[in-house]
Amino acid sequence: MSDVVEKTLTALPSLLSLDSQPGSAKLSSTAKLGNLIRGITELTSKHEEEKLIQHELASIKEQVSSPNTTMRQMRELMVRAVYCEMLGYEASFSYIHAIKLAQQGNVLEKRVGYLAVSLFLNESHELLLLLVNTVLKDLQSTNLIEVCMALTVVCQIFPKDMIPVILPIVEEKLNHPKEIIRRKAVLALHKFYLIAPNQVQHIHNKFRKALCDKDPGVMTASLHIYLQLIQENAEAYKDLTASFVTILKQVVGGKLPMDFNYHSVPAPWLQIQLLRILSLLGKNDQRTSEVMYEVLDESLRRAEMNHNITYAILYECVKCVYTIHPKSELLEKAAKCIGNFVLSPKINLKYLGLKALTYVVQQDPKLALQHQMTIIECLDHSDVIIKRETLELLFRITNAQNVTVIVEKMLDFLRLSKDDHMTIDIVGKVAELAEKYPFKHYSTMNAVFSLGGDMMQPEIPNGFLKLLSEGFDSEEEDRKLRLFAVSSYISLLQGEPSKLPQRFLQVICWVLGEYSFLKEDLEPSVVLGLLTKLLDMKSSSSETKSWVLVAMTKLCWSEAAVSEAQQVAETYSSSFDTTLRQRAQELQHLSRDSQLHSRVLPPGGRLEPDEVVDSSLSFLDGFVSEALSAGAAPYKPLHQRQEELSRSKVLSLEPYGLSLPISTSSCSITDRQSPTLLSTSSGLSGDGTDFSHRGSSTTLRLDGVKRVWGREGYLAQKKPVEEVAQVEVPSPLRSPSQQGDANSCRSKTPTPTANPECDQEKQQLASSLFGGLSSQSSVCLISGAAKMVNIQRFRRKAKGQRSSSTTNEQRANPTVSSASAVDNLLCNNLLEADTEPINSSAKQTFQHPHSLSVANGACDAEAILTDGDPKERNQPLSSEDFVEADDSPPREDQERSKDSCLTPHLPAELSGFSHSEIIPLCSSQSLDLSACHVQTDNSVVLVVFITNTSEDANLQIQVFCVCESPVEEVRGRSVSVRQYSLTVKMPLVHFELVGMLSYSIPAGMPQAMMQFSYKLPLTSFIRPLTVSTEEYGSMWLAFSHDTKQNLTLIKEEREPLTATLNALNKKLSLHVVEIIGVEGLVACSLLQDQPCLMHCRVHAGRLAVWLRSPVPDLPDCLLYHCQRALQEP
Amino acid sequence: MDGWMDGWMDGWMDGWMGGWVDGLLLTIGITSSFQMQFMLLFSRQGKLRLQKWYVPLSDKEKKKITRELVQTVLARKPKMCSFLEWRDLKIVYKRYASLYFCCAIEDQDNELITLEIIHRYVELLDKYFGSVCELDIIFNFEKAYFILDEFLLGGEAQETSKKNVLKAIEQADLLQENIDYQTRLFAGTVWTL
Repeated sequence: MSDVVEKTLTALPSLLSLDSQPGSAKLSSTAKLGNLIRGITELTSKHEEEKLIQHELASIKEQVSSPNTTMRQMRELMVRAVYCEMLGYEASFSYIHAIKLAQQGNVLEKRVGYLAVSLFLNESHELLLLLVNTVLKDLQSTNLIEVCMALTVVCQIFPKDMIPVILPIVEEKLNHPKEIIRRKAVLALHKFYLIAPNQVQHIHNKFRKALCDKDPGVMTASLHIYLQLIQENAEAYKDLTASFVTILKQVVGGKLPMDFNYHSVPAPWLQIQLLRILSLLGKNDQRTSEVMYEVLDESLRRAEMNHNITYAILYECVKCVYTIHPKSELLEKAAKCIGNFVLSPKINLKYLGLKALTYVVQQDPKLALQHQMTIIECLDHSDVIIKRETLELLFRITNAQNVTVIVEKMLDFLRLSKDDHMTIDIVGKVAELAEKYPFKHYSTMNAVFSLGGDMMQPEIPNGFLKLLSEGFDSEEEDRKLRLFAVSSYISLLQGEPSKLPQRFLQVICWVLGEYSFLKEDLEPSVVLGLLTKLLDMKSSSSETKSWVLVAMTKLCWSEAAVSEAQQVAETYSSSFDTTLRQRAQELQHLSRDSQLHSRVLPPGGRLEPDEVVDSSLSFLDGFVSEALSAGAAPYKPLHQRQEELSRSKVLSLEPYGLSLPISTSSCSITDRQSPTLLSTSSGLSGDGTDFSHRGSSTTLRLDGVKRVWGREGYLAQKKPVEEVAQVEVPSPLRSPSQQGDANSCRSKTPTPTANPECDQEKQQLASSLFGGLSSQSSVCLISGAAKMVNIQRFRRKAKGQRSSSTTNEQRANPTVSSASAVDNLLCNNLLEADTEPINSSAKQTFQHPHSLSVANGACDAEAILTDGDPKERNQPLSSEDFVEADDSPPREDQERSKDSCLTPHLPAELSGFSHSEIIPLCSSQSLDLSACHVQTDNSVVLVVFITNTSEDANLQIQVFCVCESPVEEVRGRSVSVRQYSLTVKMPLVHFELVGMLSYSIPAGMPQAMMQFSYKLPLTSFIRPLTVSTEEYGSMWLAFSHDTKQNLTLIKEEREPLTATLNALNKKLSLHVVEIIGVEGLVACSLLQDQPCLMHCRVHAGRLAVWLRSPVPDLPDCLLYHCQRALQEP
Repeated sequence: MDGWMDGWMDGWMDGWMGGWVDGLLLTIGITSSFQMQFMLLFSRQGKLRLQKWYVPLSDKEKKKITRELVQTVLARKPKMCSFLEWRDLKIVYKRYASLYFCCAIEDQDNELITLEIIHRYVELLDKYFGSVCELDIIFNFEKAYFILDEFLLGGEAQETSKKNVLKAIEQADLLQENIDYQTRLFAGTVWTL
């Protein structure tokens, strides 16, 4: 016990006895509480304390329920009840009395009543409803203190559904003459906004008034709301940037009253709040950022005093400078600031410096170089939290060169870590790194599994097994890795398997079951023997046992193994565990029947990769429609059911005269957030990185990190020659010789305490830790190239076992031929599926030799092309299309500049729209055929130009386009223009229109035929779809066809997601609905009425997209174009 | 197998559905919150002196958290960092004489400013009680709560001007009948501020 307390406590009894003479009727509250406290301090055991408190509580209970107890006594009783609860004893009987006290007492009693309520109850407590009336009454009281108390309690706990009852009164308080009331009212509205945002949406303009309040306290309070609002939608508040900057300028300049100073720093809390707001506003916005450069510079300059509070502001400043659009001068100053933190002898500042450094290395990994020696010292710091933060920093600067050392450091930390939460986190990170750079994958993963134990996320072992089974590119490599795994696991099992965590044992079982045949000198019976040992181990869970049995089932193909297996099966076929029993049965039957065994589990022929997963469960369609026709209710997704449920459950608690949509409070939040919530909710269930996905600020950026392994395997690297030339001079701390020789042991920055050897060690560590950082820019180049290869590889895999010659061609000329390969893929699929319709359309072509048909969308040839408007089409022919021969340019020119010379022939009503390049389709001696397509707002019009190139002969052409089309005459050297409005019946990646033209020269002569084809991409039909986030959310749920894929992110320093989405917007005219943190919502539609939604998420340096649409195949086709759009430079 | 069903998607899907259901819960997660989660005051003997929870938690959880944190913080050596990582929160603590002040904040919040929030609270207590000691807080814990509620509201700094906070408290106190502060009798040692 501390001396101070001891001394005081010995004096306590005599002091207290002054007040607590027995029999004294008027005991002050302090005295009675004092008695209790004194009683407790005299006790020696926990048991005695319990007895005393129970006794005390019984006496309180008796008194509170007595009708004779005055409110004054009640107040004192409540204080004691609160004290008992603080000691950990429940006093729930007093809750209702606390409410009563708040309701009936005078001002002072109320105060204690409200305090007790706020300490006893939480937001969802049902008794809280009883408080509403009291709060309402007090809010309208003429006594300012009562109003204050009511507002204070509202800011702490208030039932969400009851907000509309008091909202108008709280709003009114925004105009109250007293600033304390205004301030509390603003905070109450902030609270409402947090728990039920929809209900305060209509008073956003009042927040602005609060921001302009003459009292700095009220203004500060309003910033809490603005910070929240701007986090959700920065765009809407850009106009306030200048105001925030002005406020900050005034604060920094010391314009506020002195009593806002804290240790002679003006209003530090206000400064920090403003800096946070500014960094949100300036993010990815150069123009807004420019407004704040000056004040940020001023803040950095002013905060020079050596006190915690100035460092707190500086930290926020640095974060802001590195979040907004960069300005080199500021970045330099901020980097210097970080130096002051990191080098500080004060441990708290050092910690914050590391945290800041972790934040900024995401933008500029080279910054870590300047502090390498400090970082290395921190790595061995005696305080775990410092070590932990250092590892976090190292994790962000990991590259192919330093990964081994960093992983080793992380594993060292894991070996000593006792904290579960940290262990799980670090294990996830190591596993992520191991997957990304699997040079030492196996030994690392073994360490991860044995250290991570059973706490790690199940995704880690699953992902590992998946990677192992899917294999990499080279068969030989796969074999070696698997063989290595088998041998290492065998030796682990021969050691002490009882020490291994269950998850690891399960992985071992699976690997041995699948791949132990690779090790030729290994008898299956030996493996079986080892596995049997696992079964007999007491520590094995039944889940592990079933993994063992499955592995045995795979292994029992040799005679010796069979007998052993059957013994095991015998034992477990009567197990109480049903899963185990089933596995044992399987084992029994399969081991008996070797033929069946080899058919079910062919030795060596592992996991067929050709399995097709029908994620839309379309094979159930028949069943569903049958059930529906039999009167079954249609399926409602879980959220819909819950929404309906909550809607029907919500009480109508609305007071009369108010017309606020109270029922929306419970479900509207879900609507408002729509699918953007997914990353936070996937939290632990995702893989390791999901820890860092919570806020964009902590997201791991892998832009600069070389990606050598993808899910598809090792990505062959063609190192660009530029690499050598682009090595930058990293920092003054690194001498040239060190750069030249990474392993140089000479100490450059000797630390006073360290002896030379220790120093050398550290230098060595430094060079290995910060290895790849200096050549970051060239690494980016490699990773760019690697990703290209990566995509192609995926494509190749998707194609399965198609001809390898295509692949080669594709590799040689990626931009052109990969596209056609995919085309083929998609077309082929369709063609295979719809052979029948092709024939029919072929027939049609013969019948109507002049009709246009769609070659690859064959099934709907005539319907895909409808004749836009024959009448209108024919009209211009007579008026405009017969151009005088003299006006036409000579033929040579025509060849060269077809586009420019035909452009004037575009129909006037289409001239306002952009048209594609006019390309020649075919030509004969006397006839040239060209075409282009025009994208109007709601259609695509194909314009065909038929040019008669002969000098004088008139040309008679006839065009059938599904419907009848009159025979026309085209005079010599003139152009006839045809328009066809195109609609899409079925989405395809590219549409190819095939048509025939018959003509006769001169008119009346035998007809000649000309065949032509015109190709246009799906993107011509894609239009942006402007929807709100809410609409997006409800549409998303309604759509049934979907597809998912990982795409390349556009390389961009600061905001790869925004850059990528903007590129998609530009190239494919997709509408970007909203970008929230690492997620983006994008919408478009196929012409007018066939929407397609895309959800994007940045994940491990790639863009994970999920497309949904009501139209089959549309997501797949669109995905292809997205992929192309992002691949193009 | 082609890339359509890559492992991470599974987790993604779960998250997706979850997102629609637990909307409110996740609102807290999606925007980074700078709100304080809770504040605890406990003695060197591990006795809780004050607790203020700004996030709704069950009593059982509160007890568990208090027990774990008190243990962890008391085990720290004096020269160690004032910050702790605990579950997914950051704990900021500081010892004043025999009393530990301990706040939980979110990871993206600013640890140093939280340390200063603690200090400002101690300053307020000191000004209000004269020179404050642990006994002042034990015997007048409701006053300590009143001051805290005037300073921090709903986990956010409400009023940072020392003068204004104390003015608000004193106004309410003026109404108090002749209750004198007996506690001044126990003049303990002055806080080492």
